[in-house]
Amino acid sequence: MDKTILMDWYRQMVLIRRFEQRSAELYQQGKIGGFLHLYIGQEAVAVGSIAAKAEGDHVITAYRDHGHALAVGSDTKFVMAEMLGKATGVSKGKGGSMHLVDVDRHFWGGYAIVGGHLPLAAGIALAEQYKETSNAVLCYFGDGSTNIGYFHEALNLASVWNLPVVWIAENNQYGMGTSIERASAVSELITKASAYGMEGQRVNGMNVMEVYDSSKKALDRARSGLGPQFIEMITYRYEGHSMGDPLRYRSKDEVEKWREDDPIGVLERHLLQVLELDKDSLEAIDRKVEKEIDEAVIFAEESPLPAIEELFTDIYVEA
Amino acid sequence: MAKITMRQAITDALREEMKRDENVFIMGEEVGVWGGTYAVTRGFHEEFGEKRVRDTPIAEMVIGGAAAGAAMNGLRPVAEFMTINFAFLAFDAIVNHAAKVHYMFGGNIKCPVVFRAPGGGGRQLGATHSHTPDVIFAHFPGLKVVSPGSPADAKGLLKSAIRSDDPVLFIEHATLYQLRGEVPDDHDFLVPIGVSDVKREGSDVTIVAYAQGLSVAMDAAEQLAKEGIEAEVVDLRTLRPLDMGPVLDSFKKTFKAVVVEEGYRSYGIGAEIAARIQEEGFDYMDAPIKRVAQLEVPLPYSADLEQAALINAPRVIEAVKEIV
Repeated sequence: MDKTILMDWYRQMVLIRRFEQRSAELYQQGKIGGFLHLYIGQEAVAVGSIAAKAEGDHVITAYRDHGHALAVGSDTKFVMAEMLGKATGVSKGKGGSMHLVDVDRHFWGGYAIVGGHLPLAAGIALAEQYKETSNAVLCYFGDGSTNIGYFHEALNLASVWNLPVVWIAENNQYGMGTSIERASAVSELITKASAYGMEGQRVNGMNVMEVYDSSKKALDRARSGLGPQFIEMITYRYEGHSMGDPLRYRSKDEVEKWREDDPIGVLERHLLQVLELDKDSLEAIDRKVEKEIDEAVIFAEESPLPAIEELFTDIYVEA
Repeated sequence: MAKITMRQAITDALREEMKRDENVFIMGEEVGVWGGTYAVTRGFHEEFGEKRVRDTPIAEMVIGGAAAGAAMNGLRPVAEFMTINFAFLAFDAIVNHAAKVHYMFGGNIKCPVVFRAPGGGGRQLGATHSHTPDVIFAHFPGLKVVSPGSPADAKGLLKSAIRSDDPVLFIEHATLYQLRGEVPDDHDFLVPIGVSDVKREGSDVTIVAYAQGLSVAMDAAEQLAKEGIEAEVVDLRTLRPLDMGPVLDSFKKTFKAVVVEEGYRSYGIGAEIAARIQEEGFDYMDAPIKRVAQLEVPLPYSADLEQAALINAPRVIEAVKEIV
């Protein structure tokens, strides 16, 4: 893999992590409201798979969506402004942390009802098939959503209609506080995909290069008419489900063990040890990212709140 | 102008819009090879092919959600729920996704989907297959809810729904499919969504109704006329956005109103209309607003029992006579 590309993935992953850490601070200061679901630990999944997409391919995800928004290239300033509920936010301050969007970059948003966006992904893919394009859809969801009806209906329909969807299960081991073993009849999620005639790949989601390779393969297959694909990305979230999670359901040792496979650390070691990059180049990236986050926070804090008239706009396209 | 059934009017609207815009397509249970459970899409599968007339699995959650997703990405799906009772399974896809994306994403996403759903009681289908839950869906801003009471309105409103950039739930009362009426042949005949319509003029009482309730109200009005009571009948046609204009105009003339709906009385259309009249026309009120609605029971199978729970002209006449 080309060194420049890997350095850019490193930049994106650090950007997501710093964005999340800063968001947590802003939440504690009361500047971000509602729920806040951090992507820390899972950065390699969004970055590696979105790197594999072609320009016309689509991205749709659940409520843990900050990483996907930044990975598709949404402006950090506008994403941060949405977190703060500002008029300059990607959803004009009406969506918040769970409902980021960037249609120009084919990012159809974060969705806060578990499983609810899987049928939307099937429909987005249907529109591409209908228009006879070669575009595919990357649809992300957590392990918890593989137990809901939406998941099964959407996977079945996608197979029956041969839709170009790559289903990406981000298996971070817990649906809120309930472990996969306690919630799912099978703990290998690719087993569920096989029930709908899909071949699945089970991938180390902490290694961005493996994520990229598996996603590229799946996207190529989907766009060439081989139907929907399924990837189970084995990953982990270091923080709680949302802010204020008491974390009673797992041990500190478990978290520490996963940190040994930290996705940023894995890539950093590869860059330094295998590609013999000097540490200064990575530190330069870190500083650049810090600056970008600082500027985004300043932009968001200085942005105006939505005008009260906005309450009644965009309920309908046609009044 | 030809006199055709409401079923034919709906079929014509679908066929004309599919010919006009190749992004319009149909998906749902048994809409294709079977020809539609209520025969609305008979012949479409042969005429338009499998791509545009798509049979789905029996899976309402994904019918609702996939139709919404296809609409977001540029198509104009007409998704059919075999009956509105099954749309309960797609409730989240309809109200939490199709009806939310435009607002929740700051106007960045449009969702021009039409959900068609036959519904209503009176066909001995038992408690689970006989709902008139229109008001539940009409509760949510972001969704448009339409339910026609005449063949012409059915055609003109469905064409408007398909051309609309907003999500529309189009509810067809299954007992009205055989109703006949004059329907314009014009391929651009549209009835605007969100506009109520005076179906019969009168000066003694205002009867507000829609869908199958309109037939009941018109029947009652004709019988009342024989006794010298002239009722004005206002057809809501659209439940959201609700057009109170013609209702209030009529009320300011008659000073009395009866609301007729097939759904349950509690928290129903009648409750909403009565509240609006007292808010916006209090000075004109001469009598309590009467409500004629379904009795508060799950609909039973046995024909006489079922009919006893449903609305009918005698109940409307009785309500009118209590206030006139």
